[in-house]
Amino acid sequence: MKRPRAPLFLPRRSYRARRMRDAARLLPVAGLFLFFLPMLWAPATTEARDTAPDGIYLFLVWAGLIVIAALMARGLSDPAGDESLGPEDQD
Amino acid sequence: MAFNLLVLACLAYVIFLFLVAFWVEDRAATGRTGWLRSPLVYTLSLSVYCTAWTFYGAVGYAARSGLEFLTIYLGPTLVFVGWWWILRKLVRIGRKHRITSIADLISSRYGKSNLLGVIVTLICVVAATPYIALQLQSVTLSFGAFVATGPADGPLPDSQATGVWVAGGLALFTILFGTRNLDANEQHPGVVTAIAVEAVVKLVALLAVGIFVVWGLAGGPLDVIERVNSSTIADWDLMPSRWAGLMFLSAAAVICLPRMFQVLVVENSDERHLATASWAFPLYLFAMSLFVVPIAVIGLERLPAGANPDLFVLTLPLSEGREGLAMLAFLGGFSSATSMVIVAAIALATMVSNHIVMPIVLAVLPKKAVAGDLRRIVLLARRVSIGAVLGMGYAYYALSGGSAALAAIGLISFVGAAQMLPALLGGIFWRGATRSGAALGLSVGFAVWAYTLFLPSFGEGAVIPVHVFTEGPFGLDWMRPRALFGVEGMDPLIHSAFWSLILNAGAFFLVSVLSFPGPVERVQGAAFVNIFDAEGAGPTGWSRGQAEPEALLIMAQRILGDDEALRFFSKSAEKQGKAGFLPDPTPDFIADLERRLSGSVGAATAHAMISQLAGRAAVSVEDLMAVASESAQIMEYSARLEAQQEELSRTARQLREANEKLTQLSVQKDAFLSQISHELRTPMTSIRAFSEIMMEGDMPPEMIARQARIINEEAIRLTRLLDDLLDLSVLENGTVQLNLELANLQGIIDRSLASSSHTRPERIFTIHRDLPSEGLYIRTDPDRLAQVFINLISNSRKYCDSANPELKIVVRHKGGRVTVDFIDNGSGIPKDKQALIFEKFARLTDQTRAGGAGLGLAICREIMANLGGTITYLPGQGGAAFRVTLPLRLEKPALA
Repeated sequence: MKRPRAPLFLPRRSYRARRMRDAARLLPVAGLFLFFLPMLWAPATTEARDTAPDGIYLFLVWAGLIVIAALMARGLSDPAGDESLGPEDQD
Repeated sequence: MAFNLLVLACLAYVIFLFLVAFWVEDRAATGRTGWLRSPLVYTLSLSVYCTAWTFYGAVGYAARSGLEFLTIYLGPTLVFVGWWWILRKLVRIGRKHRITSIADLISSRYGKSNLLGVIVTLICVVAATPYIALQLQSVTLSFGAFVATGPADGPLPDSQATGVWVAGGLALFTILFGTRNLDANEQHPGVVTAIAVEAVVKLVALLAVGIFVVWGLAGGPLDVIERVNSSTIADWDLMPSRWAGLMFLSAAAVICLPRMFQVLVVENSDERHLATASWAFPLYLFAMSLFVVPIAVIGLERLPAGANPDLFVLTLPLSEGREGLAMLAFLGGFSSATSMVIVAAIALATMVSNHIVMPIVLAVLPKKAVAGDLRRIVLLARRVSIGAVLGMGYAYYALSGGSAALAAIGLISFVGAAQMLPALLGGIFWRGATRSGAALGLSVGFAVWAYTLFLPSFGEGAVIPVHVFTEGPFGLDWMRPRALFGVEGMDPLIHSAFWSLILNAGAFFLVSVLSFPGPVERVQGAAFVNIFDAEGAGPTGWSRGQAEPEALLIMAQRILGDDEALRFFSKSAEKQGKAGFLPDPTPDFIADLERRLSGSVGAATAHAMISQLAGRAAVSVEDLMAVASESAQIMEYSARLEAQQEELSRTARQLREANEKLTQLSVQKDAFLSQISHELRTPMTSIRAFSEIMMEGDMPPEMIARQARIINEEAIRLTRLLDDLLDLSVLENGTVQLNLELANLQGIIDRSLASSSHTRPERIFTIHRDLPSEGLYIRTDPDRLAQVFINLISNSRKYCDSANPELKIVVRHKGGRVTVDFIDNGSGIPKDKQALIFEKFARLTDQTRAGGAGLGLAICREIMANLGGTITYLPGQGGAAFRVTLPLRLEKPALA
């Protein structure tokens, strides 16, 4: 029996919304990577006192995540191009 | 500062909060919520994550372990920034299923199992108790710090007594606003707004202290960076295991902690608020952490060596003589502590009353549960639970003596809360998760956590004897609480988190895979995992007509309150098209009612209560099948429609083609008739003309003879034409009799050449043949085939316009079919005429009329069709070329 298929290609607007969701999914992964970076350089028993640079780096990444999330939040909470087009994992 | 003044400030602050909460509740009651239900308030209420542990403890943490304190805020940041993964789903599920607590969510997901509700409630209570104790401790410590620096105008307050007062006051506030009524959605706008106000207070306080430290005590940011690098904090070493582990734990905690779940999911009034919170809450955390390191560094510099770093936020302004700032800081800390305790107490009380007290009441007093005043029982249970939770917190505080560092207690609690993560995430993302798996995973995780972290936190020898730490219980070396399975050298916290979560998730997965879920579980599992797909509620299993609507109404009134229940019932009745207050007890209505009730007393209890009236809900496998087959039917139906439509369009296309063909045929027939009358008329005219001349008489005999010959010739031509027509019609109708026999192809060609040599015998044709290839025996009607060949050869003789005419006959045999090509060296047939030559009466020129009526090739085509072959024109052979294709062995007449 043939299943009624979801449309294979989407209009530009829904397409944007979906890519936005992809970005929203990727953002925490990118954040995790950047937050884990200090593990690579800090445990080395360097004599350099790098607490302040480390701290500044972490706060900068943090601020970056907040700004990107804020920019994306508007597009994501927009109900247009909603899930009615099918389960969201099949883009 | 005087102790009394401090108490007075606290009281004033609490009264202010009371007024805020009261005012909001009042507005909410009249439906004027407006900005009170804004994303801002929602985000601020999430700040219950930042407890006194953050407010005071973060500075102490930074003073001890440098930047590691950041992990506690980076984890939640990632969770919120990645809200599209988990939080969005959680909130949607929470709203759709009217979830009242995390215990309710897990119990509801796994088939409304009360066992899971109890397990989760126990974990939450046990894990939250030290945390509440921590808040009490921080408040009493801050009291102590304040009073110690002030003039001793009275006896120092007893810290135990302070704890009692704080706990009692908080219990009172929580009871007053947390259990004022049983809300339909278990939401508390008043409390949430008060929490939001407290969030602002603590943020402002911490920022004020931070700004004072950076620009007041130090010389601005650059100076602070300088001082950080030269302070002892710069000596900290990042331990990768703790860095990653704590980030994971805090990420888990922000989802699983009962108080976070309460504000995040239960109190959420609009899913879109989450989009704002996704960046605004990390921003809040960012602001809260910004000045932690500076405060810690300056505190370490300025305060005496023995000073408790956990209180730097308070003692630093105090030591600088900034009493106002210190008071603000104190209120900030007080806010942090109270907001956490209030929300945690409400969340825990909801769980305890819904999952422990109510099931007991239902079991012990089934009659009263339905007929008695249930609201009072529920509210009483909540109030008692709040008291009990705070009492336990106080007891823990009193017993542990409040000596441990704040951060350590908080993290122990985090690991406990994280035990719910596998069951929670598994429940919302994996349909295969089962109740047995969740129950076992939770129990194992809880046990391992208690054994390796919680109980040892009381100190070696306090609960677990000292020798167990060194040798393991019963001499089992691998069972040592700090070195499970002989893994030594790990940080105790990470060790516990690692093993408890690995074993928890492992048991959860393994048992889930091996066990089989019950029907209700499967329904709920599908509903939770596919929350964004399906709008339908799925099968409910309530059978029709067993419940008395009136009894249901009475029960609903007991829980929802009279007005609310009546409104719900009359609306439902209206939906069914009935007047009055009593709708028919259809399964849909009962399911609606259950959802509504579960918003007040939890899914498991609501389910159990309705079961008492409506009979057991039996979601049988048949029900599941019914739902499945229902959707399957819909799909099949649409597929069938699609197929029908396809068929219809196919038929329409065929009809259109048939219509075109018919029109063509009609045109052809007309053309045929006019052609044939023309063909018949020409010889007729000459026959008539000459016969009339002969009738005149008076003519020389030789002339008569000549005219009679013409008449005879014309008559012969007419006969031949009629013969051809007859032949064609016989062939076209397929009624021709074929005389099939084995014949030599070479013989047939020889015969054909001989017969056609009468046509324009004056022309000398050169015939090219390949005799060996013609030596084929074919089964066919040789006379008919010869007729075709004769026709082709004659045509060639007639029409080939070359000066030295040649005819090439090529025979090929391939795969059971024989092709015979007749190729001459004339000018061939123009391309635009090639399609026409097989039509009746098609003649290219009139130049050499040799008595043909233009039927020859049409007859050839029909003969070949009857012989199971074809005749086609071969273009591009340097002359006119025809290809005759026929089967080697014709088994039976092709056209029966």
